Amino acid sequence: MTDTTLTPPAIGTTTRAPRIGESAPRPDGIPKVQGRFAYSSDLWAEGMLWGHTLRAPHAAARITSLDIGPALRIPGVQAVLTADDVPGRRTYGLEIHDQPVFASDVIRYQGEPVACVAADHPETARRAAEAIVVAYEPLTPLTDAEAAIEAPAIHPDGNVVRHLVIRHGDPTVTGDVVVEGTYEVGMQDQAPLGTEAGMAVPTEDGGVELYIATQWLHVDQAQVAASLDLPPDKVRLQLAGVGGAFGAREDVSLQIHLALLALHTGRPVKMVYDRAESFFGHVHRHPATMWYRHHATADGTLVNVEARLVFDGGAYASSSPAVIGNAACFAVGPYFTPNALIDGWAMRTNNPPCGAMRGFGAVQTCFAHEAQMDKLAAALGMDPVELRLRNALKTGDTLPTGQVITGTAPVAEVIQAVVDVPDAVSPVLEGKPMALPGGAGRTADPEAVRRGSGFAVGFKNIAFSEGFDDFSTARVRLDRGVATVTTACAEVGQGFVTIAQQFTREVLGVDEVVLAPADTTIGSAGSTSASRQTWMSGGAVKAAAEAVRERMLALVAADHGVDPGVLRVEGDRIVSADGTVDLPVTTALGDRVVEETVEYHHAPTYPLDEHGQGDAHLSFAFVAHRAVVDVDPELGLCRLVDLVTSQDVGKVLNPLQLLGQLEGGAAQGVGLALMEEILVTDGTVRNASFTDYLIPTALDLPDLRVGELVEQPEPDAPFGAKGVGEPPTISSTPAVVAAVRAATGLDLPRTPVRPSDIALANRSAPSSPEAP
Amino acid sequence: MTAPETYDLTVNGTSHHVPGAWIGESLLYVLRERLGLPGAKNACEQGECGSCSVLVDGRLVCSCLVLAASAVGSEITTVESLATDGALSDVQQAFVDAGAVQCGFCTPGLVMAVEDLLRRDSTPTELEVREAISGNLCRCTGYGRVIDAVRVAVRRRTGAEVA
Amino acid sequence: MTVLLPDSLDRACAQLADHPEAHVLAGGTDLMVEVNFGHRRPEAILSLSRVPELKGWHRDGDQLVLGAGVTYTELCDPEVAAVAPALAMAARTVGSPQIRNAGTIGGNLGTGSPAGDTLPVLAALDATVELVSVTGRRTLPIGDYCVGPKRTARDASELIASVTVPVARGPQEYLKVGPRNAMVISVAGLAAIADLEARTVAFGLGSVGPVPLRAPEAEAWITERIDWDAARLTHPDDADELGRLVAAAARPIDDHRATADYRRHCVGVLARRAITRMFSA
Repeated sequence: MTDTTLTPPAIGTTTRAPRIGESAPRPDGIPKVQGRFAYSSDLWAEGMLWGHTLRAPHAAARITSLDIGPALRIPGVQAVLTADDVPGRRTYGLEIHDQPVFASDVIRYQGEPVACVAADHPETARRAAEAIVVAYEPLTPLTDAEAAIEAPAIHPDGNVVRHLVIRHGDPTVTGDVVVEGTYEVGMQDQAPLGTEAGMAVPTEDGGVELYIATQWLHVDQAQVAASLDLPPDKVRLQLAGVGGAFGAREDVSLQIHLALLALHTGRPVKMVYDRAESFFGHVHRHPATMWYRHHATADGTLVNVEARLVFDGGAYASSSPAVIGNAACFAVGPYFTPNALIDGWAMRTNNPPCGAMRGFGAVQTCFAHEAQMDKLAAALGMDPVELRLRNALKTGDTLPTGQVITGTAPVAEVIQAVVDVPDAVSPVLEGKPMALPGGAGRTADPEAVRRGSGFAVGFKNIAFSEGFDDFSTARVRLDRGVATVTTACAEVGQGFVTIAQQFTREVLGVDEVVLAPADTTIGSAGSTSASRQTWMSGGAVKAAAEAVRERMLALVAADHGVDPGVLRVEGDRIVSADGTVDLPVTTALGDRVVEETVEYHHAPTYPLDEHGQGDAHLSFAFVAHRAVVDVDPELGLCRLVDLVTSQDVGKVLNPLQLLGQLEGGAAQGVGLALMEEILVTDGTVRNASFTDYLIPTALDLPDLRVGELVEQPEPDAPFGAKGVGEPPTISSTPAVVAAVRAATGLDLPRTPVRPSDIALANRSAPSSPEAP
Repeated sequence: MTAPETYDLTVNGTSHHVPGAWIGESLLYVLRERLGLPGAKNACEQGECGSCSVLVDGRLVCSCLVLAASAVGSEITTVESLATDGALSDVQQAFVDAGAVQCGFCTPGLVMAVEDLLRRDSTPTELEVREAISGNLCRCTGYGRVIDAVRVAVRRRTGAEVA
Repeated sequence: MTVLLPDSLDRACAQLADHPEAHVLAGGTDLMVEVNFGHRRPEAILSLSRVPELKGWHRDGDQLVLGAGVTYTELCDPEVAAVAPALAMAARTVGSPQIRNAGTIGGNLGTGSPAGDTLPVLAALDATVELVSVTGRRTLPIGDYCVGPKRTARDASELIASVTVPVARGPQEYLKVGPRNAMVISVAGLAAIADLEARTVAFGLGSVGPVPLRAPEAEAWITERIDWDAARLTHPDDADELGRLVAAAARPIDDHRATADYRRHCVGVLARRAITRMFSA
């Protein structure tokens, strides 16, 4: 930690609860370390049943017959439900309702739900699901996203989920130097440690209560209500403890099934996916194939960028329209170009459905544009960092969508902050065997190891875009010195609960801030995604707290016969400018209670027109990484030995929590660079387990070194703070792969890099014992 | 000797009667669903993630891989035993203080692994710490603050710095 | 389902004879995964956790006898490492501390996977496997014990009692390729055992065939090329040629973890590195 500017304050030195800018401890930390924190998989209810889902084994098939009789006859089985048991809308979806609650005539992806069961023991439920007799007529799956453009439709909505074109300036302009390449990103999985789980309890009024780990209570509520044919006020959702999300919980998984089972049996029903089922039960990151052509002048100024992006959205739409929208909007990267032509396709295939994953489209295009920038630098004979600095975006620049950046855009500062962190890696020859590539396998000889360094920069939007009415709701209540904050914001581990307390303390001057459970009795908080909650739900909390403060000051002003305008909250006291009023906030109101609810919207954004032009985004966050990787080229094994970052954060709200986001996001980016991929062949998943879907262990990552963070307050953001969750996943992957390219001299146009990509390419090259 | 359809397990020093409805249940399942001890978590049920880590006769193991009925007569220790009289263990406190908890799903397993490590080696190097927790997957933290939690715990216990 | 918990080896054999359908459970790192996922719903499980005769190891002259219940953690013990260094190295590469505390060498043998980490070492050591049942004991050379992927010569009525290996009489190596720095199923593994007294080198190849393989041509060739008096390779290029010969002995397949091509390539590289570590030119 010694190299980072984020040294947290010594523990236990503050005498009052931490405010903005301090490393407030999270309020749920103690129950979590004790194992007492109730995740959705820990729920229990008297008389509860266990649910289980029957899933299709084929990527594409027709269902020719379905017999639930054998399952119903198993002792302990209380319900077996299929598509015919859905009383309301039979399809659901985040943006487009194209996905069946249960498949009834056709299967479009491996693992598509066909039926579900409720029984008295999870083992009974599992056996009952297996006892259901389904006859399938397998079809040839459509698995090539490019071919899907022209192929016969596999869904009534067609195969093109979204096609957009961004045409900016004059895309026929050519440059003195032109570099071209085609890049691929494999299918990453969010792999949150907590699998899908929830409990549904039928209520006496014919409705249902759903305790669920999710990213967005209200959008789940709407889909459940629609399929159950119930009014939303009879479908009450409460957030249960969430074991991570990263996009996997934005779409409905078991919510509708659970609610149906509860209503059908009249009993509480709990469902927990095991890890294998979890891989089938949520959407993944879109695999992508991206062709690019960059044009620059001889001195390295970008003049035109052309790209064709084909994203494989799998069987159902999920959030593919927004993902390809993002990918296209950020396809050029954080660089200015006067001209661009971006052609973006989100396609439907019989591959596993894809949707939201941290980084949301920008991850894929960053991999491509950063590879291109390195290629361009090489062609120009220019330093790759210098090339990026030369073209870096800044406030006032126009993006390829025609939107002028009005907020902060400290790209050059972020790049410089990384550059300014000195190299600090010990030479390879000093490495202990466990620290060399191959780690515990003891395969590397130090002389065989080659070291390379890579640099990448990225960006994306904060909050929802393209005209989406993005808002959040918060209630703050001040009662005898204790503030209670209520939002429906889904805490998934990112630490919103801590920020909510810090914001409230800052505004109201009280130490004690209690968070009420998140549920649908209050208005929507929007999704925990798009790095938006600090701004949106934080903004709602701040606005509600400010409204409470205003009323509080008015009451206190009346108590003292002064104008409210002379009063302010300072620290933990209410004071007047002339010092005649000075009392603690905690007792100022006596037993008068003040409560305010605010629905907080951000400034409007606008759709993209037919040329991809429009002010589609609220704000942007920028990030850079520098990676050093040791490679054993003969075996193709890689070891990340150093990772440096800086990020455009607006304002550091909680140094320790921020560091956790930078480290965790970078780890996911490293995973996508070196080891994470859902392997799909003919629509069939080959590695639905942690044995073969590999996420980084503690031995796969070094300490993240954080350079000076760039704090340029974002004008409209609460406390000037930008969301920080996604950027760490964006430039980390390309930085690591660039380092591997430098170490090996190989093109490596695909991520994740597989050992054989390196080992077999190098096979014919003689080993030359150069010092690393 | 055949294990009867019901059996007793000693967990955290207390004997618990397990009705044993299905004798094939793992220790993880029995702890969580029958003994009211949900601290150990199920994130893979394959021994790949360490979220279910407990001690059986003082050895750190994945409870998902222990057949509950075969643990009769063993001393089983779970995360619930660490905090005494409402006070967190020093490792637990270090996790809280160092910001090592985000979603927290991996946390009980990690805490058990670190408690086990420091019992065996009071002053590990950073590499030894990483190897000791290599069987505990975390998706949120990237392990940085977790390593720091171990640093804090070692410093508080021994005054030494993890190298 | 029945759980059998014998407290002696004799009782274990008797119970197995009474319940031939019983699945044998040691550390649980293989069997419990299958039970948890419903792939196997055994009628009966015979747990060996209480059988004292299976625990521990002892030295018997120039042999090392390892009880089937010896865990990977115990194999990492410096006392074991002193007399069976490659076994200790292999055990260190297995899984995590949690897996090493539970998994046993007997379980590795019982599962008989070509990716099992101790098996290439046992193959190179010409280990002998001791099997017991109510009808008596027998020993099998490891080459006869492993007959196919997850298929062994163990009869369902037999238990693995122990495995015996020669005490090290020279340098040993174990290297394992996996795409992550910890917790990986071996994609290619190589054990190299040198016997300075007998003047032989043996290789055990893991994950590159249906069973752990030896490389008899490679072994014969390199044995002749080593300057045994100086304990060095006579010619620096010998390591390269050895790599080619060992790679030629591999019979790998393509699967989702790796291609046959990559596996064969790896095992050749591992052999070259191992021999160089053991007998630097």
